[in-house]
Amino acid sequence: MSQYFAKQERIYPKRVWGRFRKLKWAAMIVTLGIYYLAPFLRWDRGASAPDQAILIDLQHARAYWFWIEIWPQEVYYLTGILILAAIGLFFVTSLYGRVWCGYLCPQTVWTDLFVWVERIFQGDRNARKKLREGPWSWDKFKKLAATHFVWLVIAWCTAGSFVLYFNDAPTLVRSFFDLDVSPTVLGFIGGLTFSTYLMAGFAREQVCTYMCPYARFQSAMFDKDTLVIGYDEKRGEARGKHKKGEDWDGRGHCVDCSLCVQVCPMGIDIRDGLQMECIACGLCVDACDNVMDKVGLPRGLIRYDTENHMQAEIKGGVEKFKLLRPRTVYYSFVMALVGGIMLYALLTRSVLDITVLHDRNPLFVQLSSGEVRNGYVLKISNKTAEDRRYVLDVKGLENPNVNVKAAGDVFAHSLYVPADSVGSYRVFVSALAKHGTPRNIQFVLRDGDIEDNYESVFITRKER
Amino acid sequence: MSDDKKDKDIDEVSGVETTGHEWDGLKELNTPLPRWWLWVFYVCIIWSVWYWVVYPAWPTLSGHTKGIGGHSQFKELSDSQAEITARQKIYLDRFEETSDQDVLNDPELYAFAMAGGASAFKDNCATCHGSGGAGAPGYPNLNDDDWLWGGSLSDIRQTLQYGIRADNLDSHISQMPAFGKDKILTGEEINAVVDYVLSLSGQKTRGHEAQGATIFKNQCASCHADNGKGMQDVGAPNLADKIWLYGGDRTSVYESVYSSRAGMMPAWDKRLDENTLRQLTIYLHQLGGGEEEDATLEDLIGPEQQEE
Repeated sequence: MSQYFAKQERIYPKRVWGRFRKLKWAAMIVTLGIYYLAPFLRWDRGASAPDQAILIDLQHARAYWFWIEIWPQEVYYLTGILILAAIGLFFVTSLYGRVWCGYLCPQTVWTDLFVWVERIFQGDRNARKKLREGPWSWDKFKKLAATHFVWLVIAWCTAGSFVLYFNDAPTLVRSFFDLDVSPTVLGFIGGLTFSTYLMAGFAREQVCTYMCPYARFQSAMFDKDTLVIGYDEKRGEARGKHKKGEDWDGRGHCVDCSLCVQVCPMGIDIRDGLQMECIACGLCVDACDNVMDKVGLPRGLIRYDTENHMQAEIKGGVEKFKLLRPRTVYYSFVMALVGGIMLYALLTRSVLDITVLHDRNPLFVQLSSGEVRNGYVLKISNKTAEDRRYVLDVKGLENPNVNVKAAGDVFAHSLYVPADSVGSYRVFVSALAKHGTPRNIQFVLRDGDIEDNYESVFITRKER
Repeated sequence: MSDDKKDKDIDEVSGVETTGHEWDGLKELNTPLPRWWLWVFYVCIIWSVWYWVVYPAWPTLSGHTKGIGGHSQFKELSDSQAEITARQKIYLDRFEETSDQDVLNDPELYAFAMAGGASAFKDNCATCHGSGGAGAPGYPNLNDDDWLWGGSLSDIRQTLQYGIRADNLDSHISQMPAFGKDKILTGEEINAVVDYVLSLSGQKTRGHEAQGATIFKNQCASCHADNGKGMQDVGAPNLADKIWLYGGDRTSVYESVYSSRAGMMPAWDKRLDENTLRQLTIYLHQLGGGEEEDATLEDLIGPEQQEE
C-alpha cells in the first residue's frame, strides 16, 4: 500500500535570526496588520452609503475603497487590478526572483505565524521533532493542545476578518457578542477557519510544491540576471567539518554545519542548486552568514545573486546587476499602460450613466393617427449621493412625441432617480416617420452640466 | 514494501522505482502520489457512501432507494413554490386592498401588477395576441390606441372577464351582416362602399365614393357611425384610422364587407382568479394604449383620440 503515495516529509524549521528574518517579521506585521485592521477604518460618504473605508457590499452590489465607489458594471476595474497584480508579480519575479513567495504570499505568512506559535509551545526544531516522534504523555498532550488551540484562534480571526470586508465591521463584531450572527456568516467563517487551519497548520510547503501553479511557471520569468538564492559552489567546495584554528587552505568555506538545511521552511538543501521548491525567503542566507561570522570568514557563501554575476566571478570578472532588460522593460510598459488606462477611467468616471433598450416585440406599433410608436426601456444610473431629477430629450426625429410610463404621473422633463441607485422607465417615442430603414436616434439625459447619451434606433414598417 | 524490495526495478537516472512496464526500452516511472491527494480520494469515497444512504440513489425494480434524509425533488419544488407564494403575499395583500386606479400611482404595486400581468399574458393570451401583444390579422394589437370594445381599465376588465362572442351570458356580442354572401348588396354596391371606406383613411379609390357614402349611411352607419369612426359599445371598429384588424387593402376590405367578420375571445372569469384578472387588466392598460376611464361615456357618439 505504502508505495502508492509519498509520505509528507515533516519539516521542523529551526529558529534563525538575521537581516532577512527581520525583513520577514516586518513584512508579516505589516501585511497581517493591514489584513486584520483595515475593515475597521471609517470613511464618511454621507447618508446614502456605508462609512466603511473598504467594503464589498454584495447585497447592494457596490464596492467601496476609500473615495472610490464601484458599481457592478464597472467590475472591469477589478480586471485591471488583477492584470496589474499579475504583471507586477512577473516584474518583481524577473528582478528579484520569488520574493513574493518568500515574504508576502499569504500561505508563507500564515505558515510562518503558525510555526512561530508551534515554537512557543513546543520549543525549537529538535525539541519539536523529539516531542512529535516520542510517545504520548500528559506533557505532549498539553503542548499539542495549546498549539492547536492557538492555531484555531488565529484561523478563526483570519476567517472573521475576511467576512468583515463584506459586512459593516463594527456591527458584525457586535452581533457576535449578541449571539445573533447569520448562518451564512457562520458558514463562511467555519469554512475559512478550517482551510486556514489546514493550509497553515498541516499542508504548509505542500501547497507551494503541489498546489500552487505559480511555483511551476516561475522559471518562465527568470533569466540570467534574476536574483536567486545561490550557494557559491566555487568558494564553498570541497565542504567539510572545520575545527577552530584549522587552516582553510585546500578546502572550501562550507563547514557542512547543515544549518541552511535546518532553517529551510521548504526542507531543501540550497547547496544542491536552485530548486523548484525554493521560495527565496533568505533564511538560509541568514543562517550561513551567522556561521561565517563565527568562523571569521566573509559573509555571502549563500546569498541572493544573479547567475550572470556568479559566472562572471568564477571567470574573475565583475558583472553589474542589470535592471534594464527586455522583460523588465516590457513588464513596466504593460503596467504603466494598464495603470494609465485605469487612472483615466477613474478620473473620467461619470456620475450619470444611461442605457436604452429598444423593445424586441413589438418592434413598432402603428397608431390610429398614422404615427408610428417605438417602445424603449430607459435605465438611469444615478451615481451621486443625492436624489436627482433628469431631463430627457430624444434627437434624430422630427417632432417626436416622448411619453414616459411609470407609476404615477411622470414627465420626460423630470425623471426622478434616488441617490446611488438605478431608475427604470418605459419610454414611448412616436413620430410621423416615413416608411423605410431604421432611423438612428439619440437619447440625451441631462442634469445641469452632466449629460449622457445613448444611441438607439427608431423602427418603422418596411417600404411596400 | 520491504519483502518485494528485490523485485523493485529502480530507474538509474532518476532513482525512482518503475512500474515494470516497458515499451521499446522506455519504462514508466512509478512516481508516488502525495498523501493528501489520497486522503481527498478516501474522503470522497466516504462521502459517496453517505450520499447513497441519505439521498435517493440506487434504482430498484419498483423504483429507487428513498434515502433516510427524506429528500425528494417534488418536495423541494413545493417548498420553493411556497417560499415564492409567501414572498408574493406581502404585495398581494396590499394589492387586494388597492383599487386599479391607485395601483397606477404606487411604484411597488405598479411593478408587481406589471410583472404578474406580463407573466399571465404569456401563459394565456400570447397564443393569439403574440408574446408582445402585437397581435396578427384577426387578433388585435393590444399596444396601439385603437380599441374595439373600449380601452379604459373597466372596459378591458369586462372584455377579459366575459370574453367576446364567448360562451358567457355577459359576453360582448355583435354581428356584422355578410352583405355579399347574404345578398344584401350587389357586387357593384359593395365596390362603392369599399371606395367610400378606403377614402375615409385617405387611400386610393376607384371614384365611386359618392354612391358608397349613401349606401354606407343606410347600411353601415348604425354601427360604424356616420363618420365611420365606429362605436365601442357594439365593438364596431373605427374605419377612419390607420389601423386595420383584417387588413386595409381593397381586397381585404371587400372580403370583410362581403362575408363579414366576427372574432372571438374566450371568457376568462372561470379560468383566472380575481388578482390575475386585475394584473392583466393593468398590464394591458399600460402596454401603450390605455384610455382614461370617463372617456368611454362619450364614446356612444364615437371614440375620440385620447392618446396625445
